[in-house]
Amino acid sequence: MDAIDSRLVTEIQSGFPVTRRPYAAIGEKLGISEDEVIERLKAIKESGEIRRMGASFDSRKLGYASTLCAAHVPPEKLEETVAVINSYINVTHNYERNHHYNVWFTVIAPSRERIREILEEIEERAGIDPIIDLPASRLYKIQVDLPVIEEK
Amino acid sequence: MSRQLSEKEKELVRQLQADIPLVPEPFDEIARAVGMPVEEVIDKVNQWIADGTIRRFGAMVRHQRLGYKANAMSAWDVPDERADEVGERLARADAVSHCYRRPRADGWRYNVFAMIHGASADECHRVAAELAAEVGVEEYALLFSSREFKKVSMSYFVE
Repeated sequence: MDAIDSRLVTEIQSGFPVTRRPYAAIGEKLGISEDEVIERLKAIKESGEIRRMGASFDSRKLGYASTLCAAHVPPEKLEETVAVINSYINVTHNYERNHHYNVWFTVIAPSRERIREILEEIEERAGIDPIIDLPASRLYKIQVDLPVIEEK
Repeated sequence: MSRQLSEKEKELVRQLQADIPLVPEPFDEIARAVGMPVEEVIDKVNQWIADGTIRRFGAMVRHQRLGYKANAMSAWDVPDERADEVGERLARADAVSHCYRRPRADGWRYNVFAMIHGASADECHRVAAELAAEVGVEEYALLFSSREFKKVSMSYFVE
C-alpha cells in the first residue's frame, strides 16, 4: 500500500459517500480520478487488506438478539467442537483463548429462544460441558473504527 | 426493541451486507436487484445510518495486518454496585474498542469486559495494569486469542 492507498482506506472506513457516484466523490477528495479509485480499491481488496466493503448493521435494530459464549473443550475434542460451532451462520466470531474456558464465540439470532436452542444443540452434538452464555446487559462502548496505522 | 421490515427492506439489507459493487454507480445496481428506485435506496441507507440501524458503512479492514498486532479480552470482577461506573471509565480509554457488562456464570466471575488493542501483548498488559490502578479493581484476567477459528460479518434474513 502506498500513501494514496492508506488515505483511501482511511477515507472509506467510515466515510463512504452514499450518493449516485461515490467513487467520483472520493476521488475528488483525494485528487485522483473515479477510475483510479475503483482500480485501487480492486487491488486493495485483492490483497486482503479490505475484508469487505458494505454495511455493518446493529443486530438489535434489526430485531436480533446476540450473546458472547464460552466453552471448556478438552484438546482431543477441539477440532470436532470447533467444526460444530462454526457450522452455524449465527456464529460470527470464534477464538481460542488462554483460560479454562478456551473457546469463545459470538451468536446472533432472531430471538433469545433461538440462541438457547443453538447452544443446546452444540452441547449435544459436540458432547461438551455446559456452555456459558453471557449476553451483554449494558453497552459502554462499541467502536468499530480504528485508524489505519501507516506501515513503515 | 424489534421492528418490522418490509420484504424489500430485508432484500436491501441482504444487498448491503454483501460487497458494494466496484462500478461507477453501485447504488443503481443495488436498486435494480432490490426493485426500488435508486433515490429511495439512497434515502433509506442514509436514514439507516442516521438512526443507527447501520452502525458503519464502509470498508472493514484487517486490523492485525494494518498495525494492531495484539488484542486482549480483559475481563473484570467488579462489585455489582460499581460495575456501571467502572465500565464507563474503562470505555473512555483510547486502547479500549468495546466495553460491555455481562452476567457472571459458573466458573466465570468476571462481569465487565473490555477489548484492549495494542502494538504488542506487553503493551496490552501495561494498559490493563494502568486501567486497574485507575479504576481501583485488582481482580481481572487478560485472555489473548491464540487462534482465530472464525471471523465473518453476520448475514441477516437468510435463515
